Amino acid sequence: MTHYGQSLLGCGMIDDRHFEMEDYQGTIARWCPGCGDHSILTAMQRLLEEEQLKPENTVFVSGIGCSSRFPHYMKTYGFHGLHGRALPVATGIKLERPELHLFVAMGDGDCCSIGASHWLHATRYNMDMLAVLLDNNMYGLTKGQTSPTTPQKFPSNTQPSGTYLRALNPISATLGVTNASFVAQTAEWIPPHLFETLKVAYRHKGFSFVRILQRCPVYTASIFEEAVRDPDLIELLIHDDGVWVKDLDQIYGHTFYHDPRDLNTARALAEPSDRLRLGIFYRNEDVPVYEEIRRLPSYTADERVRTLNQELDRYAV
Amino acid sequence: MDNGLPCSLLIASDGLDSALARMLEIIRVPETTVEVVSDSGEGAQKCGQIFGSVCAKMGNGAWTVEIIPAEIQPPPRTPAGGSGNRIRFGTEEITNWGDAANLVVAFNEQVLLGRIELDALAHDAIVLLENMWKTHADETIQKEWEGGLEKIRAAGYYKIVEVPMEEECLKIVDDARRGKNMFALGLLTCIYDRDVELVKAQIAHQFRKKGKDIYERNVELMELGYKWASKNLDFRIDVPTVRSDVPKVVMNGNEAIGMGAIAAGMQLCAMYPITPATSASHYLGEAYDKFGGVVHQAEDEIAAVGVAIGASYAGKVAFTITSGPGLSLKQEFIGLAVMLEVPLVVVDVQRGGPSTGLPTKAEQSDLMAAMFGQHGDAPHVVMAPATIEECFHIMVTARRIAETFRTTVIVLSDANLATGVQPFPRPKLDTRWLQTPLNLTPWPENKPPYDWDEQTGLSQRVIPGQPGGEFAATGLSHTSWSKVAYDPESHQQGCQMRSRKLAVLQQALQPPEIYGVDSGDLPVVGSGSPKGTIEEVVDRALAEYGDLLLVGWGSTKGAIEEAVDRARAEGLSVSSIHLSFLSPLPPGLEMIFCRFDRVMTVEINYSDEPDDPYISEENRRYSQLAFLLRAQTLVDVDCWSRVPGQPLRPGEILNAVRQRLRTGVMV
Repeated sequence: MTHYGQSLLGCGMIDDRHFEMEDYQGTIARWCPGCGDHSILTAMQRLLEEEQLKPENTVFVSGIGCSSRFPHYMKTYGFHGLHGRALPVATGIKLERPELHLFVAMGDGDCCSIGASHWLHATRYNMDMLAVLLDNNMYGLTKGQTSPTTPQKFPSNTQPSGTYLRALNPISATLGVTNASFVAQTAEWIPPHLFETLKVAYRHKGFSFVRILQRCPVYTASIFEEAVRDPDLIELLIHDDGVWVKDLDQIYGHTFYHDPRDLNTARALAEPSDRLRLGIFYRNEDVPVYEEIRRLPSYTADERVRTLNQELDRYAV
Repeated sequence: MDNGLPCSLLIASDGLDSALARMLEIIRVPETTVEVVSDSGEGAQKCGQIFGSVCAKMGNGAWTVEIIPAEIQPPPRTPAGGSGNRIRFGTEEITNWGDAANLVVAFNEQVLLGRIELDALAHDAIVLLENMWKTHADETIQKEWEGGLEKIRAAGYYKIVEVPMEEECLKIVDDARRGKNMFALGLLTCIYDRDVELVKAQIAHQFRKKGKDIYERNVELMELGYKWASKNLDFRIDVPTVRSDVPKVVMNGNEAIGMGAIAAGMQLCAMYPITPATSASHYLGEAYDKFGGVVHQAEDEIAAVGVAIGASYAGKVAFTITSGPGLSLKQEFIGLAVMLEVPLVVVDVQRGGPSTGLPTKAEQSDLMAAMFGQHGDAPHVVMAPATIEECFHIMVTARRIAETFRTTVIVLSDANLATGVQPFPRPKLDTRWLQTPLNLTPWPENKPPYDWDEQTGLSQRVIPGQPGGEFAATGLSHTSWSKVAYDPESHQQGCQMRSRKLAVLQQALQPPEIYGVDSGDLPVVGSGSPKGTIEEVVDRALAEYGDLLLVGWGSTKGAIEEAVDRARAEGLSVSSIHLSFLSPLPPGLEMIFCRFDRVMTVEINYSDEPDDPYISEENRRYSQLAFLLRAQTLVDVDCWSRVPGQPLRPGEILNAVRQRLRTGVMV
């Protein structure tokens, strides 16, 4: 456990705290044993340690659902709000406090269903935050209802004879939005790839959208079963500017050299294929971030009162 | 000069033969009401706004109300499509839009008929009517004119003056539709002898975003109208002004809310366009640049409140502004803000409901939704400004309460205040109203994020950036450590702590001021801090028992108090109180109510009348404040309410008072 000297901080002394992984650990996670969220939590805590983010300057915002318990398990500031509404809250935080490190954890119901319009617009605002979609293809907390990403024909409690519609593709959807600046996909059962993807995403300045394929041992264990067991069903998108994990290609033989700046190829790659594609689909560092577009000079209270008095002059009788 | 004709008028009348000048009838009145009404797009509103501001700036008391159709471009020449402005102004302060217009400038006979149908004209009103329709090329229009005039003549003893607005304006512009409003302004400037330089300055302000040529042409048109009136009208109306040493400002309610938000240090307004709230964000969108503030137009109403909550959670106090339908959409988030104890200010500029209802019209029917619209028990503060001036100051109070009590404050304005214009004492700004820089000092060890004081429920706010304060705010039931807790004790305690804060605030409030009391020399309740118990204060204020107490809230204050004045002049024993706080209700209500034989709320929301079919004591639906007061005080509070889609008129309130006191129909 790292300690900081309160009085030192107050005096503006150098902050030489070093953080270990456990410094980012909140309460014990209460997800089911075997839930993919555990591995995502670990990867995230590792990321914070690697980046040495100050816990007090880090905020995790979530919606409602299994995955949205995320903030409780981090020892940072957290905001566990409403179903589908994590992104507006994150937008407000970032607008007022751009210096904070902002993370958003959403489930597939959160992001792709009830909060879908916020997802679309957050992509367009392109504020600097890392948004992870913990996609288990199902509503877990409410016990097994079809979500927008549930594969067609997969049975659920609301559609017991099989999901009627084709699944929504979150990667294609995000890539279709104006101002999309970072779109990646990874899987929780490949921790090194997960970690590297999160790291690259965190370092991207803008709205980093990472879809994390995530097993639910209770409701959707079978969906990813084959892909977990058979590396042949995975294709890694690799590039010097992409996600690179040493020796990972020893296990996953199928790789595709894809330049993340190439949007058209990214869109083609996002389409369903025989293999799950993991890696960075698209990255564009040149898209302006909203909090900078909207940044205004700050004025002292005296200055503001003076200006408001001038304003009142215009309305004076 | 002995007839009271102001000098400038004589100068302007220069060139008139002296005979005409002698024939001029000068009507001197303490107050008067003017309407300008046109088809949408012909600019009667701009004319009315400028005229109202000029009256206020010249030192008249004034109150203006917009006449707005729901559509941007309703069909022309239809009674329902009229757009414009009512300006009531007088020597003394004017607190409401009055009963009927004494003079109307109408751009066609159909919009005038629309106003007559709404009973907006005094029976002896002067009507200045564009007469181009009489000789219009389209015979249908000619027939409409003839039929229309017949109806108009049958409706009252109006003095109808036909004005060739089109013909005159075409001397200067190609499209008279774009010029008549300034011509009309010239007519009014002449009739009421307004300061021409002030009129010009106000034209410049109104068209500040347009070019100089637009300004010049508008001034030319105004002068043309002035000239026409001085040649052709045989009357002038004099509403004396009084010099006042109190510096004043004049603006509409939404501007006042915007400016109040700036004065309160609120630097983020998150909103989604909705009528009639949006114009506040138009104002802020322009003004905020100078103050380092942001209007964030969110993707929807829900996101707008979410952004405000996010910003407040991060240490600021942000606000969101909306109208009825938007309030419904925001309710889940408002409940979350209450649960998380994140300070939040929500402004609801009420309009007619339910559903899309009357988007441009005033109503006070969101009170229940504001108070109880969230699921679960979500105690929070609800306040309502009664005047334009209060629209400004309420924002300062709202932010302060939101922050001190870590709660949500819903401010209920309405369409009447939003677009109404009234002069009021210039606010004396205070840097202490603005927010101090964020406190990012370390959070004490072992101090929970909800360090509730057991007595008051109050706790200190912790914000991101404070080392040691890290916690996950959650909408789940939680302990003082913000740990999710489903046990009975924790939930009971959380609800209790959030609720207790309202009781603490209630105890800090003053009893409402009583308007119209028999004991003239006694201090009015609510002025200054009360000496002694509330009962003693009420005792001192009310020497005698009264027959009827009216209770109102929001924009109806001026109309109610005028009705009280008129009732008392008739010898009726009527008083009124006006509530700024709806949640919590102020202290002393039951005690005040008990001093009156009858208590009746006056509101712009629906209630059953006691003698309506099927209505009994058992099933009568009361107006919203009456419902609350009955529940809270156990006093048999009656109500009189209407939903006309416009402000209440003092005359109709007076009639209701007379009727209630005469018939004694009280449930």
